[in-house]
Amino acid sequence: MMEKMIFGRYLPGDSITHRLDPRSKLIFIFLFIFAVFLANNTVTYAILLAFTVFVILLSKIRIPFLLGGLKPILFLVVFTLLMHLFLTREGDVLFQWRFITIYEEGLRQGIYISLRFLILVLMTTVLTLTTSPISITDGVETLLNPLKRFKLPVHELAMMMSIALRFIPTLMDETDKILKAQLARGSDISSGSVQQRVKAVIPLLVPLFVSAFKRAEDLAVAMEVRGYRGGEGRTRFRKLQWQTSDTMILVLLGVLSAIMLYFRG
Amino acid sequence: MDISFQQVNFAYAPNTPFEKKALHDINATIKTGSFTAVIGHTGSGKSTLLLHLNGLLKPTEGTVQVGDTLITSETKGKALRNVRRDVGIVFQFPEHQLFEETVEKDIMFGPLNFGIPEEEARKRAHELIEMLGLPPEVANKSPFELSGGQMRRVAIAGVLAFKPSVLILDEPTAGLDPQGRREIMELFERFHKEEGLTTILVTHSMEDAARYAEHVIVMHEGRAVLDGPPEEVLTDAEQLAMYRLELPRSVRFQRDFERLVHHNLPTPALTEEHLAVMIAALAKEMGERT
Repeated sequence: MMEKMIFGRYLPGDSITHRLDPRSKLIFIFLFIFAVFLANNTVTYAILLAFTVFVILLSKIRIPFLLGGLKPILFLVVFTLLMHLFLTREGDVLFQWRFITIYEEGLRQGIYISLRFLILVLMTTVLTLTTSPISITDGVETLLNPLKRFKLPVHELAMMMSIALRFIPTLMDETDKILKAQLARGSDISSGSVQQRVKAVIPLLVPLFVSAFKRAEDLAVAMEVRGYRGGEGRTRFRKLQWQTSDTMILVLLGVLSAIMLYFRG
Repeated sequence: MDISFQQVNFAYAPNTPFEKKALHDINATIKTGSFTAVIGHTGSGKSTLLLHLNGLLKPTEGTVQVGDTLITSETKGKALRNVRRDVGIVFQFPEHQLFEETVEKDIMFGPLNFGIPEEEARKRAHELIEMLGLPPEVANKSPFELSGGQMRRVAIAGVLAFKPSVLILDEPTAGLDPQGRREIMELFERFHKEEGLTTILVTHSMEDAARYAEHVIVMHEGRAVLDGPPEEVLTDAEQLAMYRLELPRSVRFQRDFERLVHHNLPTPALTEEHLAVMIAALAKEMGERT
């Protein structure tokens, strides 16, 4: 179950996307989110979708693998689609049966919005799959650096982020282990009424919290004995390097936005 | 409850870039009432193998037969539940699974899940607290107030409480002090005999395997490479070295001793006690001769 999760996972590889500077990738994703909202008709959505597929191909991630990993959010996409389908009351009536009426605009909006959602998730997943958590944090730290002047604890934030990212797989493993132990003791999470299921989560959550707190304590001690004292005067082992391809990808995004602005309805 | 593995293959995350084959063509049989040790160095597939015994993992190919239940990649639901009732697993560091407000409630968690009446479960919990050498007043304490060794015992009680007929122990003594280690292993041995359990011990310790097991399976890189009685498997230094394992300490001592006195002892010494008896007998015999 857990092994199928691909959000936040890093897939080592050697593609153009992998080699990009994390800073350019982060800026790209940030701007891309706005670019997605430029799309508002069939042509612009088609362009957006084509661009997404292009980026996925560039990253050399196998498409079936990527789509398989998206299954958990499929529910949300379908939910959005249905909400729009049944609740929007604009345009011509396409279909009517008893109390269910589907309008043209509802269908259109439903498809657009779920497509928008899907594209955003795909793009961010490509980012995390091709960028190691360490580079992401490095990127965030350098990008936020100017904010230090406003007393924002940038280094601490980046550290917190990297610790959080670092412990996602650990906590997943831990959950898996505790789940197995409780299943072996006859606990049953996948059947019964909602109330029973909620109750069955307690034997999972309590040990998980206990071990997470213990782990946090151990980590704090380990950091302290190694003389951790924040970012002051710290030098870097990994230097970030901005290359031509980094500039290129941002230019490409600019071109995409321009095209979409032109075809926008 | 006989257990048999037929051509079992298993891969984690099959058909993804993270795919990792963990078991290759495992064939093995474990007889009812036997004490089996599964040994192998870290990452040899021992733990993966034991998770197949109660359907927590299902074979990607092949079948696992536990008593009357056949587990394949398709098995689900009720059949698995029945298997889990019969097969108890004490996981590595089992104290991590404690969660209830009181020790008593935690021990009763398993029995209640498997439909044992509350009164009986409570009685069983108190019996186990006593049998495991815990002071009776811990029953109403929070498990998180106890010492590490006591928590381990409570967690073990939580598995024994539903009276499984197969007991699987995954490194049950890891992280305990030598005395606690000995006590816990002796306890398992007693349970094994008194309750007629089929016990499977997964361990790194060649000494524990030699002392308690009557059947040894050696795992290496996801394959069951050696399978037989400890007198054979645990005395073959060359084979064991191939799988990055060593002879048990008593056998190593026996080999050194035999080399120095140019005299072979009659049987392999699987325990220190047995070794001492044989050496004493030899010393006496030599004394009589001179």
